[in-house]
Amino acid sequence: MSTELLEATDQAKQIDIDRTAGNFSYPEQHTFDAGTGLSHATVDYISDVKNEPDWIREFRHKALDVFFSKPMPTHWASHDLENIIFQNIRYYLANGQKPTRSWEEVPDDVKKTFERLGIPEQERKFLAGVEAQFDSEAVYSNMKKALGDQGVIFVGSTEGLKEHSEIFRKWFGKVIPTGDNKFSALNSAVFSGGSFIYVPPGVKVKHPLQAYFRINAENFGQFERTLIIADEGSEVMYMEGCTAPKFETATLHSAVVELVAMKGAKLQYVTVQNWSANVFNLVTKRAIAHEEAEVKWIDCNIGSRLTMKYPGVVLKGRKARGEVISIALASDGQHQDTGAKMIHAADETTSNIVSKSISVGTGRATYRGLVHIPKHLKGCKNNTECDALLINSTARTDTYPAITVRGTGNSSQHEASVSQISAEQIFYMQQRGLTEAQAMSLSVNGFVNDLVRQFPMEYSVELKRLIDLEMEGSVG
Amino acid sequence: MSLEIRNLHARIAANGTEILRGLDLTVEAGKVHAIMGPNGSGKSTLSKVLGGHPDYEVTEGEVLLDGVNILGMEPDVRSRAGLFLAFQYPMEIPGVSNANFLRAALQARLPEGEELEATDYYARLYEKMDMLEMDRKFTARSVNDGFSGGEKKRNEILQMLMLEPRYAILDETDSGLDIDALKIVSHGVNAMRGPERGFLVITHYQRLLDYIVPDVVHVLVGGRIEHTGGKELALELEAKGYDWIKDDIAQAVSA
Repeated sequence: MSTELLEATDQAKQIDIDRTAGNFSYPEQHTFDAGTGLSHATVDYISDVKNEPDWIREFRHKALDVFFSKPMPTHWASHDLENIIFQNIRYYLANGQKPTRSWEEVPDDVKKTFERLGIPEQERKFLAGVEAQFDSEAVYSNMKKALGDQGVIFVGSTEGLKEHSEIFRKWFGKVIPTGDNKFSALNSAVFSGGSFIYVPPGVKVKHPLQAYFRINAENFGQFERTLIIADEGSEVMYMEGCTAPKFETATLHSAVVELVAMKGAKLQYVTVQNWSANVFNLVTKRAIAHEEAEVKWIDCNIGSRLTMKYPGVVLKGRKARGEVISIALASDGQHQDTGAKMIHAADETTSNIVSKSISVGTGRATYRGLVHIPKHLKGCKNNTECDALLINSTARTDTYPAITVRGTGNSSQHEASVSQISAEQIFYMQQRGLTEAQAMSLSVNGFVNDLVRQFPMEYSVELKRLIDLEMEGSVG
Repeated sequence: MSLEIRNLHARIAANGTEILRGLDLTVEAGKVHAIMGPNGSGKSTLSKVLGGHPDYEVTEGEVLLDGVNILGMEPDVRSRAGLFLAFQYPMEIPGVSNANFLRAALQARLPEGEELEATDYYARLYEKMDMLEMDRKFTARSVNDGFSGGEKKRNEILQMLMLEPRYAILDETDSGLDIDALKIVSHGVNAMRGPERGFLVITHYQRLLDYIVPDVVHVLVGGRIEHTGGKELALELEAKGYDWIKDDIAQAVSA
């Protein structure tokens, strides 16, 4: 078995310098490979390998038909989507379907990958549980014993749908129906991996649960499916991180994440996305918040070629609360098309959206927001703030807010700003002894500072480090 | 030891307008030099050119900081070499706290791999803030963000006290200050005077020089030093204005 490290050689371009932490790959050895291209045979291959029940197989086949029938959403979205060649992608690559509970049992190459990314160390330091996905399947999944004793379930989706089907099936595909959009249909057809979490009533999980998604193979599509159910009065925080090496060809990541917060539950979902700049990251994320429940999405997008992601909350029960805190950093050649959706469907529901984006070089940041408060509701409130920072004159930012507030006694407040780091600010900071890159980093960190404070400590440190690296690259 | 400006010519990069036209001036360590002059004479341009502002191009001359020509250096290298500019209009940096900003500036002066000691840093910071009668809450506020004119100027002096430059250029530090603030700011500057350090105080009004008493006063007109004298020159300028110097120049030219 070769354990030789294949360092990606293409580090000449500035933009790659910033991604060295995740920019490495090991030789592939997959026992299970669905081959290249997408058809009903691909779906059958995946279902066979996973030994799935018939209802899931049927669900997948129907979803594939929906995917084929839906056009690309290029009438409103980026035409870059047309560069995804679905027939050139591999849809399922794995060495097995059952993750180990111990890092010792994880194959050497895969273990080394996650050690380089610092995952086992983080697990020891501050996490309540970790799932590590390598290409299509989780290779490792473990949780502190005490949580298991309290009835908390934290497993991969493959395991979840088989061993906890009574809960899984009740909620799966209910928050985000297959036909929601072309990419949710694609995910529904070929999904593999992702997390399934159930927190029983009243259980408060103190430390975060984390999943780490790693793409190792070229020409590959990762389609994880995550379903989290926080039962009445429970609390849980889930964090996900992701990286991939820089390949010459485009890679596709298209996840579906469904959250359910029952009465009075508190659910936080934190993402730090640092895909390499060749990844199309097209993700559908939505939550349902029942009475007095609170759902908070903290979404940070630094990597990828094109990200399209608009985490949403359906505020279904009285006094439910939804929040999206989002930070996007678009560097040279990147497009971060992100935002939030808040669907108010009960009285006295409140929602808060705070979005900050930074565009560097030829980077482009787009904010799309949807807030819907229908006429028959009373006492609903929304607050939306979106601020954009442009670093160079070539950078671009767009804002598309769609806010519909009807009825009396409902209110929405919307603030937006665009600012630029001026040459005078940089000169001022340089005059105090900071290099141009340090000055840029400090300004950018200052711009996102109030949001970063809401991140778990370890993630905010990581985020600051990533911003520093990006700024060094951009000043060159 | 000195900051020596020799035959300095500089123009606005965007349109080529020459502002400094052969300026000569030497600030010795241990001395306070004041520059006065009418509007548009090049006072603020001089401070920006010394700092390395990208809007200006030096076409001729040298600036020697203790014998080393700094003109080819980036602004941050000049700063770390010991040059400090107290800005006439200090910039706001939203989201970056004063404590973090100063810390980063001090950290930038340490050798690679060495970390600033936090306890000592805060002890020093509080000591200097007390000297300038600044509230402790100030450390958590963003750099100059929402500050009054007086607070901004006080902050400039605080930064100077913390960074301990070898040569400090104060660009109209008195503008926008009431008399109480002026006294506090002057106290901060005077506390830093010493044989190791030189000051170049640019001002429009004599008033500041009652509190920061200069050793030498220069008059800048048309991008050159046209007259140099002792501290009494400031009083003479206050009483007589600048016209008599301009007349002198005109006579010298026609003679």
